[in-house]
Amino acid sequence: MTNLIATSPPTALAPVPARARRRRPAKHHRVGWFTYVVLGATTFLSLFPIYWMFVIASNDTSAINNVPPVLIPGSNFMANARQVFDAVPFWRNLGNSLVVAGTIAVGQVFFSALAGFAFAKLRFPGRNALLVLVVGTMTVPLQLAVIPQFILITHIGWVNDLRALIVPGLVTAFGVFWMRQAVDNSLPDELIDAARIDGARTSRVFWSIALPSIRPAASVLGLFAFMGAWNDFFWPLIVLNSPETFTVQVALRQLQSQAYVTDYGVQMAGIVLATVPLLLIFLLLGRQIVGGIMDGALKS
Amino acid sequence: MPSDTSTVTLNGVVGSPRRRRRRASLTPYLYIAPFFLVFGVFGLFPLLYTAFISLWDWNPIGDKTFIGFQNYTELFADPRFWNAAGNTLSIWAISTIPQLIAAIVMAAVLNNALLRAKTAFRMAVLVPNITSVVAIGVIFTQLFGRDYGMINWLLQSVGLDRIDWQAGRLSSQIAVSMMVMWRWTGYNALIYLAAMQSIPSSLYEAAAIDGANKVRQFLSVTIPQLRPTIIFTAIISTIGGLQVFAEPLLFGGQGGTTGGASRQFQTLALFLYEQGFRNFKFGYGSAIAWALFVIIAIATVVNLKLSSRIASE
Repeated sequence: MTNLIATSPPTALAPVPARARRRRPAKHHRVGWFTYVVLGATTFLSLFPIYWMFVIASNDTSAINNVPPVLIPGSNFMANARQVFDAVPFWRNLGNSLVVAGTIAVGQVFFSALAGFAFAKLRFPGRNALLVLVVGTMTVPLQLAVIPQFILITHIGWVNDLRALIVPGLVTAFGVFWMRQAVDNSLPDELIDAARIDGARTSRVFWSIALPSIRPAASVLGLFAFMGAWNDFFWPLIVLNSPETFTVQVALRQLQSQAYVTDYGVQMAGIVLATVPLLLIFLLLGRQIVGGIMDGALKS
Repeated sequence: MPSDTSTVTLNGVVGSPRRRRRRASLTPYLYIAPFFLVFGVFGLFPLLYTAFISLWDWNPIGDKTFIGFQNYTELFADPRFWNAAGNTLSIWAISTIPQLIAAIVMAAVLNNALLRAKTAFRMAVLVPNITSVVAIGVIFTQLFGRDYGMINWLLQSVGLDRIDWQAGRLSSQIAVSMMVMWRWTGYNALIYLAAMQSIPSSLYEAAAIDGANKVRQFLSVTIPQLRPTIIFTAIISTIGGLQVFAEPLLFGGQGGTTGGASRQFQTLALFLYEQGFRNFKFGYGSAIAWALFVIIAIATVVNLKLSSRIASE
């Protein structure tokens, strides 16, 4: 994938002023109506389902059957949430998700940084071939290996155990590639050479020089890893089989497929509880996440 | 080690004493080992092992019998397989093609340099992407509900008939595709936007001097320059789109595993889940997985050929 988007090096956010300059000011002073129509429509379509989630979650069941539909939030959220807590051990499930996503985020950043640093700055036989292997695996649909993965987890004894989610999630090819680029871009060779001359070993160079210099890229990767693990559904659905070990996503599916809770208000309340943490993270760090995606587009 | 006696090699490895150098030559492998170890054990090995299991009649709590290619002959004679394969391809087409076109238009609009609140708009279009697929499944299942769904209410209020979205083959696949589209359009738009911003402005200036208007510039400068990005997103969306699983499962509600009463929206990934983890036919499930793997590989190659031709025109 490396040279598929081999445009310019990641100066993704820089060319904006250049673009502004090329516009002839006399003619393009105002943003056209077409722009506003498209933007208005996309923003509405992007946010309405989320708004709708809050509306349904906070109304009672009968309100959902209203024609025309209710469009404003009600006051029934707490009652709906209580039913969620009756049906599944939701706090436990939230805790499980937090443990899994948190460990994966930290682990993925660490192991990706290790490998990325080695690929960017250390010379060793087979380096290029191994890097090609890493990049090549980025598009392999590993989800299809689910049956042997399950057999393997059974042998290890991790069925219904959060380790089954955490350990395989600790590394990704994307993470290694991402960190290699980050080290390459932000850590000049001269700095490493200087440290070497002062007698620093590779491990010290990694901890004291490489890690601090890639902190921004590392936090973006950590965010991606956290969100990916938080939202993961297929694998947790397969390896977890009792409500105490469920992550929130599996608990939500449980809530949906349980015969005695076909209540959309309750389902949506569960979804609100599971989604709000990510929405809060996104409100605080959305700018970095957007930047990370746009940066990554140019890198990969 | 006193620095005056050591020499800095070309590699930047400090290496007068031999011992030091041998050390340095082992260290890099230790740094990349965790990735290859975990990836090999939980990724690559299971993927290859799928091919092995597919040659067995493999019951997780019972017997395992080697049956050669029997799972495959059975699979290719199984109308449920062809049904799921057809559904997968049509859901992929309904969701991916309009999605990428919409994403390019969105990106072009977001690329307007005079736009205010840029970051806010970019964040807004990314909200669907950080929403979990389970949440999307439940929300859209409600929106597409037959009796009280918002979409049917809208249809009725403009004088159209209500649709039983889940019952029909095309209608159910449109609903499932809408979930996929909603989740990924903004994300792809940001990728296109990043690529658009790296197009040199001199190209637009040249086009403007030649008298090209904005639409013309978009078609003859932006689109050709986006070519590698279009290929990239088409491939990524294809690999993901052919593995769609959670959306149809959740859209089907309690009976989601079959993808509707008459399997009208069961995808191959869902069929794999049904056979492997509901009917516990590991061998048969592995044959499905391997078939899907081949389909994805073929689709990727076709995509690569097709999109590079379209983009070069």
